[in-house]
Amino acid sequence: MITIQDLNKIKEKTLKKMELRLRAKDEKTDIKERHVLICGGPGCHSANAEGIKMALEEKIKKKDLHKEVKVSLAGCFGLCETGPNIEIYPEGIFYAHVGMDDLDEIVEEHLCNGNIVERLVFEDALEDGKVKHVSDITFYKKQKKIALRNCGIIDYVNLDEYIALDGYQALAKVITEMTQQDIIDMMKEANLRGRGGAGFPAGIKWETAYKYHADQKYVICNADEGDPGAFMDRSILEGDPHSVLEAMAICGYAIGSNQGFIYIRAEYPIAVRRLEMAIEQAKDKGLLGKNILGTDFSFDIELRLGAGAFVCGEGTALMESIEGKRGMPRTKIYRTSHRGLWQKPTIINNVETFANVPAIVQNGVEWFKNIGTEDTPGTKVFALGGKIANTGLVEIPMGLTLREIIFDIGGGIPNGKKFKAVQTGGPSGGCIPEEHLDTPVDFGSLGRLGSIMGSGGMIVLDEDDCMVDIARFFLDFTVDESCGKCTPCREGTKRMLEILERITEGKGTPEDLDRLESLAETITQASLCGLGQTAANPVVSTMKYFREEYEAHVYDKKCPAGSCKELIEYFITDDCTGCTLCARNCPVSCIEGKVRELHVIDQSKCIKCGDCMAVCRFDAVIIR
Amino acid sequence: MVNIKINGIDYQVEDNISVLEACRAVGIEIPTLCNDDRLQPHAACRLCIVEVEGKRGFEASCSLKVWDGMAVETHSPRVMKARADILDLLFSNHPEDCLTCEKSGDCKLQDYCFEYGVEKGSYVGEKKDYPVDYSNHFYSYDPNKCILCGRCVRVCSELQCTGAIGLEGRGFSTKVSTPFDMGLAQSTCVSCGNCVAVCPVGALMPKRKEKVRYWDMEKVKTTCSYCGVGCQMELLIKGDKVVGVEPADGKANNGLLCVKGRFAYSFVNHPDRLKTPLIKRNGRFEEATWDEAYNLIVDRINGIKADSGPEAFAGLTSARCTNEENYIFQKLFRAVIGTNNVDHCARL
Repeated sequence: MITIQDLNKIKEKTLKKMELRLRAKDEKTDIKERHVLICGGPGCHSANAEGIKMALEEKIKKKDLHKEVKVSLAGCFGLCETGPNIEIYPEGIFYAHVGMDDLDEIVEEHLCNGNIVERLVFEDALEDGKVKHVSDITFYKKQKKIALRNCGIIDYVNLDEYIALDGYQALAKVITEMTQQDIIDMMKEANLRGRGGAGFPAGIKWETAYKYHADQKYVICNADEGDPGAFMDRSILEGDPHSVLEAMAICGYAIGSNQGFIYIRAEYPIAVRRLEMAIEQAKDKGLLGKNILGTDFSFDIELRLGAGAFVCGEGTALMESIEGKRGMPRTKIYRTSHRGLWQKPTIINNVETFANVPAIVQNGVEWFKNIGTEDTPGTKVFALGGKIANTGLVEIPMGLTLREIIFDIGGGIPNGKKFKAVQTGGPSGGCIPEEHLDTPVDFGSLGRLGSIMGSGGMIVLDEDDCMVDIARFFLDFTVDESCGKCTPCREGTKRMLEILERITEGKGTPEDLDRLESLAETITQASLCGLGQTAANPVVSTMKYFREEYEAHVYDKKCPAGSCKELIEYFITDDCTGCTLCARNCPVSCIEGKVRELHVIDQSKCIKCGDCMAVCRFDAVIIR
Repeated sequence: MVNIKINGIDYQVEDNISVLEACRAVGIEIPTLCNDDRLQPHAACRLCIVEVEGKRGFEASCSLKVWDGMAVETHSPRVMKARADILDLLFSNHPEDCLTCEKSGDCKLQDYCFEYGVEKGSYVGEKKDYPVDYSNHFYSYDPNKCILCGRCVRVCSELQCTGAIGLEGRGFSTKVSTPFDMGLAQSTCVSCGNCVAVCPVGALMPKRKEKVRYWDMEKVKTTCSYCGVGCQMELLIKGDKVVGVEPADGKANNGLLCVKGRFAYSFVNHPDRLKTPLIKRNGRFEEATWDEAYNLIVDRINGIKADSGPEAFAGLTSARCTNEENYIFQKLFRAVIGTNNVDHCARL
């Protein structure tokens, strides 16, 4: 078991080893030593980051550079679009789309000769022929990393590197210098709001559990991240697992609990593995378990794997699931901070919320409150997806506008298409149109627009996306994931989905529109849990901002975005040169025409796959 | 006691009760399909929703405790509309066969649809289409009529403590099922029929030999004669025939019955059943009146007692006697005949 002094020794020792990575960007150096960080986030991992690491190490060894160059995998860099990504320090060079074939050149040119391989540098890092330091890239410049502070910097399998960057210092401080009320007051003053979606102040929640007398209390970390497209919790758990463990122990100390559970979905096997490893490491060092850091405080953490039900992200359904029961939300007679898991006072916070806690303890309330807005201090991690150039994970201070997030950090809409809306908050959220793009983002502001921040999914839609179809897509998800307990959600969402399906197939009636609105109201007001209460949001918000699209489907039987198959026709214009390419590519052979003559699509046979349009080199195929 | 305002009128009600209970206490009926006072609140059907001042959405009154100064609207236009919507949703996914459904007349869904003016399920689309489980001897389960209030599942686990049935699937595909969906006969079901008794619709129905309409039956409350517990039950009578049994709420049984009391009633109508005492005359049993029988018993007791003394007697009662009958029997032996030779078959 280690003491606080040991902790400080590890910190000092490891910091020296990490120096290259942390050095200020303009500090000049002529030594040959380098740190190569390979992104081991979800996207890059699937793109063979580990294979790249091994190959790179081998090549470095062949060049006899292995003493000078250290290669490690780190948590998500955020720019998933360009993976596999590599950063080389101390220069701070960001290489994107690195393949196995590129490694020789990186070793030979960069690591041996000190020349940057410009061909591989992320394009936004190149300006006027100069290569920018990674921290100067626009994508990173406007970000502020708190929850993701260690992701992409530390080697996630190395506890010492976490300790080097102040890891477990917050816990040490809390359990040796602060009372339970002190730490609760600190969270309350910092106004840390739950990042899982509802935005409930963590400090107030903790205080409720602290003040409720019971022989046993529990801390749960909700890692059942389920929103389509959201993967921030996964990235934190995979890239910086100890930050969550440390925060849970702090919470345990605050409320008087000695047992924590992390409820994580089994579909995150890598995160599960890394958490298991992290818990073992922490226990080995005495940072978890009995008498932490030699004090009287004991706290243990166990994992519980979810079986893939979205509704188990709802706090009480999650507790039912841990108890071994069917994952269905409970009635709201009791607060979970009074009667939660096994009817004992329980604090449940989401991964990102916990990840903020040690940073607040370390840097203080004032520091935290200076970031973000008054409504919501701090930052929020968003998963950018859809029609956006820089798909990936970004952490921004609250109060940045949607426009800044989408166009500055996200790089705007690819292929010169026009922005149409942004869908925030996953299936519980709504679509926000262009006119509200300058809204500063926080819990309150998105709520007023009819959407929610949710867990931070942000899906960008362009002119080719049909808003009715988007609403249908999200509702389809909710219908699948409803637990089936309460009537409005179980039966109501299904009926809304059927109406939307009819509308996208051109079979909708004007009454269907009224019916959607009426049903949405009932489901929102009468459902048992948050899933049902927010299920209609995608429909309500699209009907509010894009009603004309619904009406076009219903009255004119047209899909203005040209997306709903039943309502569109592919048509070949006079621009056709008769090259026959479309006819040769049509999977159902429904295009006729002679060489160098106008081709014609037989609409009765066309399956609207769009292949003809995709292959035409003269833009002669249009949707009408 | 707490002060609450219901529909604009001030009331004083007990504290620590639900809004639903408070409303009932002051005579305001709130519809509910999933609530059962004996079970934990479930808040699933959402028919008992009310508006609570200061709360954003509707609240389920079954799982909301009263507080001092609370103001509730139980029948506002918004609430009524939402309830009608919920009933419409339920009925849209329910067979429209009330004309031939045996439950008709005793069906909560039917009653509420009548009350809230829901004439038909107005949502067209997918409907449940499952096979009916006839595998149990005594009752059948039709998932297509099930409204998933969960009362059967909860009574089976919370009160009967058998846990034979549970919910399977999720969302629209949720259904009440047995482990691995192998049917009731393959489950741990003990056929107590308590699930059948709590089903508010015609999903769980007793199997009957006779076709009867609910309103043609007369109810006679009695005590179950199968054992000494004293379960209260109602015999359902049509003409001079017992056509069914329903549990009644008594102190001893809390509205529950076991398989015998609930389903083993056909002996009542059996032609071989003894309806008068029989006295053996000339080596053959002959029908007699009760007076003749009692006189014979008294004569023989007096005779034997005079000849051989009270210790010549021994009495044994049946487990099918009630507690009170057993008490009277031992009293007869001890006080009237004068012997302690009395016992009971269930004592062994």
